[in-house]
Amino acid sequence: MEAYEGESIAIALYAIGIDVFSWSPKLGRPRGPLCMIGKCSSCFMIVDGVPNTKTCRFPVREGLRVERQRGWTTPPPKPIIDEVESLEIKTDVLIIGGGPAGLEAASILSKSGFNVVIVDEHFKLGGQLLKQTHKFFGSVDLFGGMRGFQIAEAYVKNLLSQPNIRVLTETVVYGVFRGGLVSAVSPSKYYLIKPRAVIAATGAQEKLLEFPNNDLPGVMGAGGAQTIMNEYGVKPGERALVVGSGNVGLIIAYQLLQAGVKVEAIVEILREIGGWFVHAAKIRRYGVPILTGHTINYVVGDSRVEKAVVVAVDEKFNPIAGSEKEYNVDLVLLAIGLEPDARLHAQAGALMKYIPELGGLIPLRTRELETTVRNLYVAGDSSGIEEATTAILEGRIAAYSIMSKYSDGEKAISVEKELDKTLKFLWDEYRSSPLLSRARRGKELATVSKEEMEELRRKYPPPVEFR
Amino acid sequence: MNLGEIMLDMDYRRRGYIEIEELKELGLLPPRDRLEKGPVAVLECPEQIPCNICAPFCPTKAIQMKKIIDIPRVDWNKCTGCGVCVAVCPGLAAFVVDLSKPEADYVTLPYEFLPVPVKGDSVILLNRRGERIGVGEVTRVWERNKTYVVTVKVPKGFGMEVRGIWVERR
Ligand SMILES: Cc1cc2nc3c(=O)[nH]c(=O)nc-3n(C[C@H](O)[C@H](O)[C@H](O)COP(=O)(O)OP(=O)(O)OC[C@H]3O[C@@H](n4cnc5c(N)ncnc54)[C@H](O)[C@@H]3O)c2cc1C
Ligand code: SF4
Ligand code: SF4
Ligand code: FES
Repeated sequence: MEAYEGESIAIALYAIGIDVFSWSPKLGRPRGPLCMIGKCSSCFMIVDGVPNTKTCRFPVREGLRVERQRGWTTPPPKPIIDEVESLEIKTDVLIIGGGPAGLEAASILSKSGFNVVIVDEHFKLGGQLLKQTHKFFGSVDLFGGMRGFQIAEAYVKNLLSQPNIRVLTETVVYGVFRGGLVSAVSPSKYYLIKPRAVIAATGAQEKLLEFPNNDLPGVMGAGGAQTIMNEYGVKPGERALVVGSGNVGLIIAYQLLQAGVKVEAIVEILREIGGWFVHAAKIRRYGVPILTGHTINYVVGDSRVEKAVVVAVDEKFNPIAGSEKEYNVDLVLLAIGLEPDARLHAQAGALMKYIPELGGLIPLRTRELETTVRNLYVAGDSSGIEEATTAILEGRIAAYSIMSKYSDGEKAISVEKELDKTLKFLWDEYRSSPLLSRARRGKELATVSKEEMEELRRKYPPPVEFR
Repeated sequence: MNLGEIMLDMDYRRRGYIEIEELKELGLLPPRDRLEKGPVAVLECPEQIPCNICAPFCPTKAIQMKKIIDIPRVDWNKCTGCGVCVAVCPGLAAFVVDLSKPEADYVTLPYEFLPVPVKGDSVILLNRRGERIGVGEVTRVWERNKTYVVTVKVPKGFGMEVRGIWVERR
């Protein structure tokens, strides 16, 4: 088959109408892509003989052999690559994740003369910005008014002009080891990195919802559908039902309309719309109903979604019998929230806490975003779900915080000033919006003072540190 | 904030669209005499979201915001109805209405769908609830970063109702 350069295998298949990628091991149920950002494993296929390849993160190439996978597979008979190059890198700062948080930190640090290595498992930088075609809020100096993918382009252009930055794409950081060593792999290289400081800005993954047949191809994360249509220009289906009316659900509904997909309804289990009014108004005026007090009951289909049944719920969120409504849809998009991906922080031994307001498990940190692992920072969605503007601000804070440790005299004073200004803006202005109060409360719960941090480090000494 | 305002607040958050009465209560509607003078901006942005894009872009400095989370307030006397706010607002919440003409009203709104309308097109008129309430004629179209700013001539009395258009595929 033919495909476009710069596409992933998953997209190339989706574009020609293939949506069953494998069959599950036990029950042989069809599986198709779900998250499209390398987090869920439901797009696994056999690629050039290698089973369990994440096709959503694998760029198409001339002559690739792609096969559907049936249940458990055997390992490839012989090594795929004859020789893996192994490289050791010493750097000032290692940034894991090339979303807005990582990109902002990388651009500040590299401009100030630090040697920076930025790693992303995707084959392009940008993180979630890549799939966002809508204009961003915020203020003009925080890219407000620009479209997400344009923000990513601006960052990347700026970074590539810096000599002291090394960009490693298609490279996964998989672990932190004794002596402050970090390991990463790409399809042909193995890296052992020794950084003096690390910012792990690894983003988030979408949450799933339990209902009968939720594993059928066509049930997808809202972000997954966004990747398909906005990043690659492929129409993800014909008729959709969106579950969840937070900003993500509202925005995806609008983008589906733009792609020519009919949006039958958005269902929201609460009595009120979750996202901002302006986003809701944008789709209501094109006639998309938002059914509050409703949830998805189940979907029906043979090898993909053919129908979705929604149901009204009572005050205790129990389905009300007889209130079922049926929609003929081929897409059911879940937009019920994101969950921080802080697995690397946890693996490095940083002290973690479960905070529902932030979407899940996150590392405790100081206001300057340092975790209990000395010189390991957290920023962006992996520090607790908010949005791109706060991810940028947190990336900035982590960068200034690292800079302030390695500078003195006049320079130190000016860095401290910038750090303080950013902290003030983020906490006292930006997060003072009543619409952000829940996330703010979460971030307060996740933040400890410097003294408390030292106390925590004494009580729960982390196994590694960077210096 | 008194109880009445809180109740009001809940209503548009439940429905996803705002009523003209609510806009009036919130002080977001230009006074009658200003509306009758000529084109003027109506920002249907009632919540304290962290956004202030419209303020720095307004060429006449008619939009006042001190903090990023303030609700944008238009100084109706400074506003010329130029439509720049319609083009830049990421919430697609800015509109310009002109109720001053005797034969028809004019509404300027953002449009981000295909096909792009052109001057002279007849388009379907949509209200805030997405109901088709008539047919209008496109009188002007310009673009800024892929948002089309479209002015439509609508039947007299529809200027405060029409908030969307639909262009049938050609
Ligand atoms: C539908 C939708 C609409 C949105 N709209 C808005 C909006 O209007 N305004 C706004 O401000 N925000 C918006 N957001 C939110 C915003 O996109 C995210 O909050 C933001 O992208 C988070 O940035 P980040 O840098 O923390 O993570 P991400 O952008 O998720 O980037 C993380 C990166 O880390 C990489 N990575 C993860 N683990 C590893 C590893 N082990 N090794 C190597 N690389 C790794 C990933 O590949 C990814 O590229 C929206 C989000 C969605 C889903
Ligand atoms: S219409 Fe023009 S002058 Fe009036 S508020 Fe908008 S940008 Fe300012
Ligand atoms: S630009 Fe739009 S969303 Fe932002 S404050 Fe102005 S009217 Fe509200
Ligand atoms: S890992 Fe590829 S779709 Fe989730």
